[in-house]
Amino acid sequence: MTKSLELEPRRADARSRYATFMSRRASLMPTFAAVAILIVLLISAQARFPKFLSPGNLSALLLDNAYLVVLAVGLTFVILTGGIDLSVGSVMAFTGILGASLLAQGMPAGIVVPIMLVSGALIGLLIGVLVHYFDVQPFIASLAGLFLARGLAFVVSLSSIRVEDPAVLWLQRTRFQVAGWYITPTGIIALVAVAIAAYVLLWTRFGRTVYAIGGGEQSARLMGLNVARTKVMVYVISGVCGGLAGLLLTAYSGAGYPRNGIGTELDAIAAVVIGGTLLSGGTGYVLGSLIGVLVYGTIKKVISFMGAEQAWTQIIIGALLLLFIVVQRVIVTRSQRRR
Amino acid sequence: MKTIVKHRLFWPVVALVALIAINTIARPQFILITVRNGELYGALIDILRNSAPLMLVALGMTIVIATRGIDLSVGAIMAVSGAVALTIIDASSEPGSLGTVLVALAVALLVALVLGVWNGFLVAVVGIQPIIATLVLMLAGRGVALLITEGFITTVNSGPYEFIATGYLIGLPFAFLISLAAIATIALVERRTALGVLTEAVGINPEASRLAGVRARGIVFSAYAVSGLLAGMAGIIYSSNIRAADANAAGLFIELYAILAVVLGGTSLMGGKFTIAGTVIGVLTIQTLEATILFLGVPSAQSPVFFALVVIIVVLVQSPRLHRWGRRAISTAGSRSRSDAGDRAGVAS
Repeated sequence: MTKSLELEPRRADARSRYATFMSRRASLMPTFAAVAILIVLLISAQARFPKFLSPGNLSALLLDNAYLVVLAVGLTFVILTGGIDLSVGSVMAFTGILGASLLAQGMPAGIVVPIMLVSGALIGLLIGVLVHYFDVQPFIASLAGLFLARGLAFVVSLSSIRVEDPAVLWLQRTRFQVAGWYITPTGIIALVAVAIAAYVLLWTRFGRTVYAIGGGEQSARLMGLNVARTKVMVYVISGVCGGLAGLLLTAYSGAGYPRNGIGTELDAIAAVVIGGTLLSGGTGYVLGSLIGVLVYGTIKKVISFMGAEQAWTQIIIGALLLLFIVVQRVIVTRSQRRR
Repeated sequence: MKTIVKHRLFWPVVALVALIAINTIARPQFILITVRNGELYGALIDILRNSAPLMLVALGMTIVIATRGIDLSVGAIMAVSGAVALTIIDASSEPGSLGTVLVALAVALLVALVLGVWNGFLVAVVGIQPIIATLVLMLAGRGVALLITEGFITTVNSGPYEFIATGYLIGLPFAFLISLAAIATIALVERRTALGVLTEAVGINPEASRLAGVRARGIVFSAYAVSGLLAGMAGIIYSSNIRAADANAAGLFIELYAILAVVLGGTSLMGGKFTIAGTVIGVLTIQTLEATILFLGVPSAQSPVFFALVVIIVVLVQSPRLHRWGRRAISTAGSRSRSDAGDRAGVAS
C-alpha cells in the first residue's frame, strides 16, 4: 500500500515532465517520428534480408543519395523561411551537364567546379530577387528557375557527356575503408554540407533570421532583422547546393545528362517534409532532412532487394509524406489551441 | 480607349495576337486554313487540336486557383486515367468495338474523379495546404499508373479510341470540340449561376465567406473533384493521341504549363478573381509559342528557356514594385514637362 503511494506521485511526475517536454519541444516530434520510422524500416528490412544491415550496404545508402542530401540541405533553408524551391532538380542537371561539357573541352576541374557552383548560385539569385524584390510567389519564381535551368541544360547538350577528368572521378572512386564500412569523398562532402548547414542554422545570426522569417516575416522585419538579404540568400544557398549536387551526381554517374533529376525536386521536398520541417516555415532541422533522405534511400533499397517494381517506391513515399503531413497538421492545431 | 486598355484581358489578348502576327509575317501560310474533304487543316487548327489536353487541365486549375488552392497532381491523374483506359481496352477481346471503348472511358473518368475527390478531401476536410496535399498524389500517382500498366508502355490499336484525339466532327478536330464543350460548360456554370461569385468569395477570404453562410468546404471540395475529372479527360486525349499509355511521360510538367496558362491569362495565384476567357487565351498563347519555338528550329527540349523568359517577363509586368517605378517615372516626366512649360511661360512674360 505504502509502496504504491510512493510510486503514484513519481509516475505522475514523469508524465507531467513528459508533457512539459512535449509542449516545449513539439517541433521535434516529426523529426523523432522520422527517426523511429527509419529504425523500424532498417530492423524490418534486416529481419527479411539478413544481409541488409551489412556495413557495405549501409555505406552505400549514403553514397547513392549524396546528391539528394545536398539538395535537401539547400531546400531546408528555403522551406524554413516559408518559401519553396522547385528548381533544384533542374539546377542539378544544368550544372552537371555544364561541368561535364567544360571538362570535355579540356578545362581543368579547379576552374570547372567553381563555375558549376556559381552558375547554380546565379539561378538561385534570380529566384531570390524575383521573390523578394518583385513580390513573385516562390512557387512561380522557382518554376521559372526550373524551366530556365532545364532548358539551359539542353542548350549545353542534348545528349549525355562522359566525364574523364581524374579529379572528378576521384570523388567517387576513392574509398576510405574501416572494417567493411567505407566512405567516398562525395559522401564526405554531403555530410560536411549537413554539418555546415546545421551550424549556420543553429548558431549564427543568419540562421536565427531564417527561423524568424519563417515564424513571421513582418515581425522579423519589425525586429530589425535583415529580411531582404536573408530571403535572397536562402535561394542562393539552395542554388549553390544544386550546383554541388550536380557535381556529386556527375561524379557518381561518371557523366552529365540533361535529363537528370526530372522530379528530383519533389523527392527533395518529400525528404525535407518527412524529416520534420514544416512547409509553412519556421520549424525544422537540417539533420531531419538528412534522416528524411535516409528514409527515402532505405525504402528504395528495400524495394530493390524485394525485386518489386520501382512503382512502389513512389507510392510508399507518397503515403509516408501523407502520414507526416497529417502528423504535422495535428501538431500545428494542438499548438495553436494551446495558445 | 482607356477602358479597353484597362480591361484585364487586354494584355493577354495583345500577347496572343502579337505572337500570331509574328508567325504570319515569318511564314504567311501560318494563318492559312484550308478545307480538305470538308475538314479544316492548317497550323492554327493544329494548335487548337494540340491544345485540348492543356486546355482541360488549365480550366480545372483555374477553378482550383480561384479557391486559393493549387493542384499539382493533374499530370499524375492524366497518367492514371490513360493507363486505366488503355489497360481495359488492351484486356478486352474486341479492342475496336465502341462498347469496349465507352466502358474504358467511363471507368477511367470515374477513377480520375475519385482521385480529384481524394485531393478535395485532404484540402477541404483535413485542412492540409493544397500544394502539399496534391504533392502526395503527384508523387504516388505515377507509381499507381506504373502498377496499372505493369511498368510497360501499353499500346493499343482501337479505331474508336484513336478517334478521340485524331478524329474530325463537323469539320473540326474532335479533341478541340471536347475542350470547347468543357469551356462552355464551365463558363456557363461559373458565370451564369452564383457559383462563380461564391468561388471567388471563398478564394478571397475562406473564413469570412464561411461566416457569411457560403458552404466554403463544399466549393473547395468540388473544385478539386472537377480538376481531377478534367485531368482524366486530358489523360484520355493524350493517350489516344500517342496510342499508348506511358506512365512516366504522360502529363509530365503539364501542371506547370497549366499554372503558367492561368497566370498568363491574368488570374492571380492569390485566389479570388478568376477569368475563364483569360485561361483559354493563356493556353492558346502557350501552344502558339510552342509552335513558334519549334518553327524557329529550336529543339523542343530547349523550349523551356523561352517559357522561363515569358514567365519572368509576365511576373515582372504584374509586380507592384515595377508599377510603382512606372508611375514614378511617368509623374517625374510629367512634372518636368510642366516645369518646362512654366519656364517657357516665364520667358515669354
